[in-house]
Formats: sequence, C-alpha cells, structure tokens
Amino acid sequence: MRRFALIAVPYVWLLALFLVPFIIVFKISLSDLALAIPPYTPTMRDGIGDMFAAFDFENFVFLTEDDLYWKAYLSSLRIALISTFMTLLVGYPIAYGMAKAPDEWRATLMMLVILPFWTSFLIRVYAWMGILSNEGLLNQFLLWLGLINEPLVILNTNMAVYIGIIYTYLPFMILPIYAALDRLDESLNEAAEDLGCSRMQAFWLVTIPLSKNGIIAGSFLVFIPALGEFVIPSLLGGSGTLMIGKILWEEFFNNRDWPVASAVAVVLLLILVIPIVLFQRNQQKQAEAEQ
Amino acid sequence: MKKSIIGGIAAAAVMATSAFAEEVRVYNWSDYIDESLLEKFRTETGIDLIYDVFDSNEVLETKMLAGGSGYDVVVPSGTFLQRQITAGAFQKLDMAKLPNNGNLWDVIEDRLKKYDPENEYAINYMWGTTGIGVNVNKVKEVLGDDAPVDSLALVFDPANMEKLATCGVHFLDAPAEMIPAALAYLGENPDAQDVETIEKAEPVLTAIAPYVQKFHSSEYINALANGDICVAFGWSGDILQARDRAAEADNGVEIAYNAPSEGALMWFDNMAIPVDAPNPDAAHKFINFILDAQNMAAASNYVYYANGNKASQEFLEEDVIGDPAIYPNETTLEKLYTTSPYGPKVQRTVTRMWTKIKSGT
Repeated sequence: MRRFALIAVPYVWLLALFLVPFIIVFKISLSDLALAIPPYTPTMRDGIGDMFAAFDFENFVFLTEDDLYWKAYLSSLRIALISTFMTLLVGYPIAYGMAKAPDEWRATLMMLVILPFWTSFLIRVYAWMGILSNEGLLNQFLLWLGLINEPLVILNTNMAVYIGIIYTYLPFMILPIYAALDRLDESLNEAAEDLGCSRMQAFWLVTIPLSKNGIIAGSFLVFIPALGEFVIPSLLGGSGTLMIGKILWEEFFNNRDWPVASAVAVVLLLILVIPIVLFQRNQQKQAEAEQ
Repeated sequence: MKKSIIGGIAAAAVMATSAFAEEVRVYNWSDYIDESLLEKFRTETGIDLIYDVFDSNEVLETKMLAGGSGYDVVVPSGTFLQRQITAGAFQKLDMAKLPNNGNLWDVIEDRLKKYDPENEYAINYMWGTTGIGVNVNKVKEVLGDDAPVDSLALVFDPANMEKLATCGVHFLDAPAEMIPAALAYLGENPDAQDVETIEKAEPVLTAIAPYVQKFHSSEYINALANGDICVAFGWSGDILQARDRAAEADNGVEIAYNAPSEGALMWFDNMAIPVDAPNPDAAHKFINFILDAQNMAAASNYVYYANGNKASQEFLEEDVIGDPAIYPNETTLEKLYTTSPYGPKVQRTVTRMWTKIKSGT
C-alpha cells in the first residue's frame, strides 16, 4: 500500500500539473479559428463525436510552410545557448569563490546571491531598462569617464537580452555549482599538486570534472526557461530580437489564433522535452553513483 | 455570551456582504483618466471601484474572447469593438440607466455607427488621431529648420529616418494603425481590405524599420518626455501628455504633436459592458458617472484627448478645446480617415507582414 502511494503521488502530480494542461493545449492546436467565445471551433458544445471528427493537423502543417517559425525556434535556441554559456562563465568563478571563502562568510555570500529574489522579477528587469537606456546610468557613467563620446545603444538590442537573461538566471547557475564545489574534497587537489600538477592543471583536471554535475544542472536550469523567455526579450529586446515566446504572443494576441498559438506551444514543448530528458538522465546517474 | 458572539459574526458577515456587494471592475487604457475621478466615483456612489489598465487592444480582445474576464466596463477601440460585438462579447446598454446620455455629441455618435450601427452596445469615451510627436529641438538639429514635421515623409522617407535614427524613433506596435498610415503615405486607400493593396505598405515599412529603435505602444510617452527619443509615431493624447510631463520636469525638452497632412487615422475608444459582467448595474452607474459633463471634461483636461461629450465642452480648458491637435478644425477633420476590422485571413497576412517588417524574417 505504502509502495503504491509512493509511486502514485508523483504520477498524480505529473498528471494534474503537466498532462492535463498539455492535453488541453494539444486539443486546441487541432481545432480551427472562429470569431466566438472561446475563439476556436469545435468545442465540447458540439458534442464529443463531432469534435473529434473535426480535428486535424492543419496548424502543424502551417508551421512548416512559413520559415518564420523555425527561424524563431533557432534564434531562441541560439540566444538560450549563448546566454547559458555566458551565465556559466560569470557564475562559475562566483560559485568557486563562495566555496573557497572562509566558513563565516559563506552564509552572507549565499544571502547576497539570493537577496535579489526578494524583489519582483519585473521590477528588476525594468531597472535594467533604466541602466541600459541611452540616457541611462551606464551610458552616463561611461560618458563621465570619457571612455565614450556617444551613448552606446544597448537597450532594445540582443545584447540587452543577454544581459537580462544572465542577470536573472545567475543564481540558478551559481547554486548547483556551489553545491558541487562545496562537497569537493580539498585533499584531491593537494594530491594532484603533489603528483606534479600546477595549480591551473589541478583546476582543469580535478576541480572542473568533479563539479561537472553542478555545471550540467545549472546549465539546464538556465537554458530551459531562457528558451521560452518572453518578458526579458519584450522589455529589453529590440524589433530584431526574434524569440519563440514573442511569436507565441503574436499568434495568441495579434492574430487571435489560439489554434496556431497552441501548435507553436506544443512544438516548443517537444523541443524542450529533449533537454529535460537529458537532465533527468544525468540526475538519475548522479543519484545512482552516490548510492 | 456565546449567542452574542454568533450574532456578532452574523452581523459582521451581513455587513461584509453588503460592503462587498457593490463592486465594479473597470478595464481601461493606461494613462487615460484623471485618477481623482476614481476617488470621486467611490465617494459619490459608495461603490468599490477596481481600476485596471492595458496598453493594447489585442490584450483586451483576448480577455474578451476567452470569456469570464470579470470586468464590468471595458474600453475597446472602434474596429475591435465591432469584431467583439460580432463575437457576442458585449451586452446591449440599458439607456434608461444612463440618464446622462443626452450629453453625447451627435457628430461622434454618427462616426461610431460604422462600428456599432445602432449605437446600442457602446458609448464613446474619447477619440483622437494617430500622428507624429517630435522633440522639436533635436529634430531641427538633425534635419534642419525645415524638417517636415507635419508630413508622413518625416517617418516614411528613409533619407529622413536614417538621420533621425541617431536620436531615436519609436513606432506604435499596432499594425492596424501603422499599415494604414503607410498606405496613406503612398496615396492608397488606408482602409484597404484586399491583401494586394495592403502588401504595398510592406516595402515602405521595411525600408525604414532598421531605423526604428522600438515598436511599442506605451513606452514612448516617457521616452519622449525624457529626451531618450526624438520622434514617436503614436496617439495624439499620449504625445501631448509627454509634452506636458517634459514641461513639468523643466528638462529643456520641447515636444510637439502633428496629425500628418496626408491624412491621419481617427480612432474611437468606447465604453462597453461584457456579456458576462458580474455587476452590469454598477457598470451602468460608472458609465453614467463618466457621461456627466463635468467629469468627462475633467478627464479630457487631464489626458489631452477629445471626448464624445458635447455638454462637456463648456468645461474644457482653453488649451484642450482650443488646441487643433486635440479638437481638429473642419479642414483637418475632413482629412481624418477611419478603418474597418480585418477578416481573419487578412489579419494573418497583416500580422505576418508586421513580424517580417520588425524582425526581418
């Protein structure tokens, strides 16, 4: 009985929070646009039999006919990959510093990483608009230093999107890497150095491989939400920033085409399933290795 | 003792329900009312007013078509109103509950019939034009003293835009307004409904899109007022609000608005009651409150938009009623055009074109 409950609980969870919403979205993606409330047809009101008879994959075929969609998926992938990599470059040294810091500092350092979360995400992104704009803090500062003569155009470009994503998701990168580095046995590094490794070599050959799981976990935690990101590109990005989150918005709000919007969402989910499965595998392997 | 506690709870519950029973939820455009009017409504009627804002018709329409928005009064623009009426999103107004509707201005009511043929679903809140706001000094600096600030050529001629890009240009992120404007620039019918004509707007917009810093429908108010940008293609009152904010801040920024001489879009924002409004009674009370000549005048004096209320005109300040950018004179009024809603197929073409223009793909 207890075993049954143990298995049942996660499945009920998955069913209620993932499968049911997915089926609803998938159902809408098979229907057609209509000027009504809700704005698609057929619905349950038409009778279950007729509803199923009217379903088709037209909207998915439509996605393949216009190059906008795959370009948007690709561009989202590129932005998510680059910003994940950049987050790693920024996050790893911070996590490393935290793990090497004296014990009495660690709690404070941890607080500093988590503290920004106490402010609303939206407000923090808005703050970046104030920092990056032509008349913003950054440009004023650089002009004052005399490093530039003309304000740099950063806001409303992809650069601002990268900055926004790196800033927002940095703690998701730092925390798992910190957790991995924290558990690292210092004597392994000492052994490496005793055996003739330089400091740098020991870092590349011992520390990095042993914190691999933290790097992988952090990267997925940044990559997956960054791929479908909507708020950051719409506030900080410019007209040239093509991301699938924005396409989804346009289908839904500008075209009022819920069926096509749902089809876009279903495909996005399928794209996301691959990294999620990889992540799951990695977590499992890690758990097994520890046993 | 126990009894009195229960009695007290019951009494409190009754009071609570009566206190919460009268509640009205209004969903209006951002920066579109004098906030003190909201307080006045609460004190005068005792109704609890919840006031939310949006900045695009699309967001409102999606909520209306999804149903169950929970709002009692919403303010869609003309073409959107028409489409939502067809979809069955609104209920007919009960004119008996709107004694102030005698204040309405017949000129505007007539124009509104294009979208609501019997004037039975909606009451005009405000109307305005879509045109060009400029930072006078910066534009002169870039284009010289004879810059064509009252012509669509300012924003649709790439030669001008290339220079203006250095000081920043924002466009509305509203294809249903920008495409008609591009058609007007070409001398085509801005209200064209056939894809062939609409597509003529694409090369015009594509040529200048690289010089547009942002397509957004509300940020330009602040951006203009702060001097972050020098040109905005936007809504008349919003640009006049930017002018006012800059003047208040005394930051040396001077903003001017012009309805383009080639013709400008005239649009109408109208109050309507969703078919599933939780409290249609209170909704009528709110609309009637706004219809009051002095209240309507207070709103217009605050946001610099013209309204559809004839009786309010005597209470309007001179810089509102006397400003041709707000209340255009006869000749300009003749040049203003209105548009009709696109069908779903054309809409898709328009949105697709817009994405292509903005992102290059």
